Amino acid sequence: MTILLAAASPALALAAVVLAAGSGALGVAVRRRPALAQGLACAALCLAAALGIAAAVLALLAPAPPALAFPWSVPGGRFAVRLDGLSALFLFPILSVPALGSVYGLRYWPQPVLGARAVRLQLLYGLTTASMALVCIADDSILFLVAWEVMALGGFALVLTEHEAAEAQRAAFVYLASAHVGSLALVALFVLLGHAAGSSAFGAMAGLPGRGALAGAVFLLALGGFGLKAGLMPLHFWLPGAHAAAPSHVSALLSGVLLKTGIYGLLRVTSFFEAPPVAWGAIVLVAGAVSAVLGVAFALAQHDLKRLLAYHSVENVGIIAMGAGLALVGRARGEPALVFLGLAGAVLHVVNHAAFKALLFFGAGAVVHATGTRKLDLLGGLAKRMPVTAALFLVGAAAISGLPPLNGFVSEWLVALAAVSTVFDRGPMPHPHFGVLAAPVLALVGALAAACFAKVFGAVFLGTGRSAHAARGAEPPRSMRVPMAALALACAAIGLFPGAVLPALTRAAADWSRLPAAALAGPAAGAASSAARVSLVAAVLLAVALGLVAWRRRGPVAAEAETWGCGYARPTARMQVTGSSFAETLVVRFGWAFFPRARVVPPRGLFPRRAAFHTSVPDTVLDVGLSPALRSAARIAGWVRAPLVSRVQFQALLLVAALVGLLAWFVLA
Amino acid sequence: MARLADMVFILVVVLDLVLLASSRLKVAIRTVAGQGALLALLPVLLVTDEHDWGHVAALAAGALLVKGFAIPRMMLWAMREAAVSRELEPIVGFVPSMLLGAVGVLLSFVFAGALPLPGPEKHALLVPTALSTVWTGLLLVVSRRKAVAQVLGFLVLENGVFVFGVLISDFMPVMVEAGVLLDLFAAVFVMGIVIFHINREFSSLDTEKLSALKD
Amino acid sequence: MLLAAVQLIAFLALPPLLVGVVQRVKALFAGRAGPPLLQPYWDLARLLRKGTVYSRTTTEVFRAGPAVGLAAVVAAGLLMSFGGSPAAVSFGGDFVLFAGLLGLARFATALAALDTGSSFEGMGAAREVSFASLAEPALLLCLVVTARATGALSLSQMLGESLGGAWRSDGPALLLTAAALFVVALAENARIPVDDPSTHLELTMIHEVMVLDHSGPDLAFILYGAALKLFLFGALVVRLALGFHFPGPWTAFAAFLAAMLGFAAAVGAVESTMARLRMSRVPQLLVGASVLSGFALVLLLR
Repeated sequence: MTILLAAASPALALAAVVLAAGSGALGVAVRRRPALAQGLACAALCLAAALGIAAAVLALLAPAPPALAFPWSVPGGRFAVRLDGLSALFLFPILSVPALGSVYGLRYWPQPVLGARAVRLQLLYGLTTASMALVCIADDSILFLVAWEVMALGGFALVLTEHEAAEAQRAAFVYLASAHVGSLALVALFVLLGHAAGSSAFGAMAGLPGRGALAGAVFLLALGGFGLKAGLMPLHFWLPGAHAAAPSHVSALLSGVLLKTGIYGLLRVTSFFEAPPVAWGAIVLVAGAVSAVLGVAFALAQHDLKRLLAYHSVENVGIIAMGAGLALVGRARGEPALVFLGLAGAVLHVVNHAAFKALLFFGAGAVVHATGTRKLDLLGGLAKRMPVTAALFLVGAAAISGLPPLNGFVSEWLVALAAVSTVFDRGPMPHPHFGVLAAPVLALVGALAAACFAKVFGAVFLGTGRSAHAARGAEPPRSMRVPMAALALACAAIGLFPGAVLPALTRAAADWSRLPAAALAGPAAGAASSAARVSLVAAVLLAVALGLVAWRRRGPVAAEAETWGCGYARPTARMQVTGSSFAETLVVRFGWAFFPRARVVPPRGLFPRRAAFHTSVPDTVLDVGLSPALRSAARIAGWVRAPLVSRVQFQALLLVAALVGLLAWFVLA
Repeated sequence: MARLADMVFILVVVLDLVLLASSRLKVAIRTVAGQGALLALLPVLLVTDEHDWGHVAALAAGALLVKGFAIPRMMLWAMREAAVSRELEPIVGFVPSMLLGAVGVLLSFVFAGALPLPGPEKHALLVPTALSTVWTGLLLVVSRRKAVAQVLGFLVLENGVFVFGVLISDFMPVMVEAGVLLDLFAAVFVMGIVIFHINREFSSLDTEKLSALKD
Repeated sequence: MLLAAVQLIAFLALPPLLVGVVQRVKALFAGRAGPPLLQPYWDLARLLRKGTVYSRTTTEVFRAGPAVGLAAVVAAGLLMSFGGSPAAVSFGGDFVLFAGLLGLARFATALAALDTGSSFEGMGAAREVSFASLAEPALLLCLVVTARATGALSLSQMLGESLGGAWRSDGPALLLTAAALFVVALAENARIPVDDPSTHLELTMIHEVMVLDHSGPDLAFILYGAALKLFLFGALVVRLALGFHFPGPWTAFAAFLAAMLGFAAAVGAVESTMARLRMSRVPQLLVGASVLSGFALVLLLR
């Protein structure tokens, strides 16, 4: 029976892909009745998510990864899908976040108001979701690349949703350019792999030797191509702009799940190789650590709510990469415990980050929707006007900061444990003891993230409003609150019962590393008993906290007064600590990585009339490095081109010269 | 004896790190003096039967006298004469220089095994300590503005060289050792006088102002 | 079992006494008689009976902050081994949860401070989270060193019997770690030279300025939580610095309690003889602690 059900798994997954891809089209059919159309599309996407998640659950329960293949007219390709543990775990966030996003979009991006624009968004939303799901279940490199390309273009069109805005145009262009570069690397990567394996099927590629020039080239191409999609520093430059420019439920999709396909690709390609060298793990680990630290540092320096959240994606992708790097080191050293802890941490963080980042973007969307601004320093005091949103956002903020008893802590705990366990390596020299430094790096990143979200939550929801924008705050409608609540519930559930997800993670680790289940059983059992104790401590924490709060409710009657201003009698909202000044101490620590731009109008005279101070921290890679460099390259190219193309004769001459050159090459070679 | 030598080596490295973090020159001078006195212990701690006791004792006593007392007193005098007490704005800040120092220590431990040096059997911590101390000295010379702090850097550098010297003291005649110490003494003496004059001329010890002399 | 219960009760009951000892030592240094040793208990009892004043600016975040902060520190206490015998709960990697719970307490306190909208409290919260971001890596590095030296992954085993053996083989590294941990303890517990717990000049404070607006039982929670945290760090430092093996768990526990008095006296002595550092020098101190424990790690991995 179970075997039969397991065989149904790929079919269900494909049905989910088809349904998701067509979800937007359903709306087009009944576009005369926009509310119904959007509702239909949303229902289709939710149904697709349910089917896909059922497929993933069945695949995880199946004894062996279920697969399905059709003949395909594309030369050299097969339409083959396969759901192993890795694919199945990625399917959860990839399908559920867009489904919740489309529910959120019912009132956030309503078709009755926005018309054709909403129809277009809905079409692309479904298409991108379907292609992401297909990327994760594809078992053939041609199919993978096709799905990847559709996903990249879908993402581009989604970023361009508000296509009149110059910000969105620039962000979308940068995104498109970087996606093309990434795709180029991936085509080269799969050509190399296909050449080595003699087939485009993933199954044939498994078991390639991890040493040699080919493996090295494939690894570097994968790091570049997939790292560009995942947003690993310094390849993250397209990300903050793109994620900030899109509508919030699109940002949730881009930031929460689309990035993760890059991680998936990196994990998938590295899984092909037997005994990869330690250097791979070390490179991924270092890239992850750099991304994590600098990502959160840039986030601290932002004044724009959504840009800030986007930089946090760079940070979290860094944490995931650190886990993946440690798992690679574990495979190189033949240490099942390290493989298990690193990969479980990485994959769980993929799921967790999708949950809390989508939650945070939904919350940010509710704030922006109500107040009309994304500037942190114009907000404040919204917890009184939108208490539910504030409470849900707080759950997401604590989760992303890696605080117990929420899900972010669990995955960071696994990665930290993997890092610490490298210190006990006593195998042949040289020891990978450097991995242990990931533990203090994680502590640094966690503390900085907590600082950053104290800043965000404080500036947006606490204190009193700093402007007229903040006074407009109002609770969003229920259809926007429910998706947030669902995500917050997921964050709390994984945080309180980490033991429940460990079997799935063990399966993913086994499928990824192709270690026998027996080798991973020991570490998995250890982690399970630890997870039970984490639950116990979390329960004590909750019980004591709730008990204390309940006891406080019955305490002596409270009086109300003004905030104590140290004797100052007339405090104003402008005297509060702003987000910028809150982060100042930390931002100056990272002065070496930033190139802040400041505009200062100093106060003059005894009774200064006006003074202004404005700072912004542009992205070091894009705005300080890449853009100026490419502009000068374009200028130089312009000089070179000008004399050549100004006359037809020159162009003809070039053509002739090229032909002659080619002929000469053929003759001589 | 080996445990004591362990402690001495570790303390020497810790004092290196302390030096990189201290902005008060008086504290820094005392730290260098303490480091020098600790190093004077080394020849005694690492002595084996095949050594010439007279040589070892002379080396230790000479080092203690010069590094522990004479040079620090002179530095304190120079500091008083020049009326500087703090390194306020180093070229490389205190936190970054401490981190650079830590990286240097890490690398010295990593590379110590790879160097083709004689006598690794002497003490496992000897070469890494020497390398980190030399690195600290170089870092101080490069990253500090005040001449007194730079001279301290030279002294730390010499301390590192001294540790290397202990490594090969079997081959090093006592006269060479004494000559090195004397050289150092003379060098610091000259630096003291130069510091005094720089200060009188420019009313500052910022060595960057010396570039004004080129005209 | 009985020992574990006694230890847990001691953890919940004794911390205010620790604060009392610190205060007494400071008074002795200043030539005063000082308050009674049990004064912190009376202070807590008085605060618990009082009413509370809430600012009109605040929300539920402000009201829940002290309770969450206290609950997190109590939960962290479940993981700590007091004097070498196993903790109430222990598992591989529990020290990460320990650090995470302390982080949660800090997050709750900082948010409660921001909720008042006061510029002073916001400033204190900013300082707290900034310095914590340097103290946390230092704490974790210290724990990693201990893990490597003892070959264990849980606090109970790291601070248990194996510590004695580790002390014999890697004494200098553990001593460096204990020193670094003492610095971290001073910083995390808002003690001189990082923060001054006795001043009430808003501009110079970190922890005290964050809790300016709390009153009544809320303030009692915060003071009690701070005392518990001091006790936790004291337990860590004391056990690491005196990794002896004692005959029998009860003698070990008695020796541990005596050593905790010594820790309190050391904190008091530091507070009496040192000046508070300028804010800009605090990061240097904490990075110094990290570098010191990093050096200890290098010594162990050599």
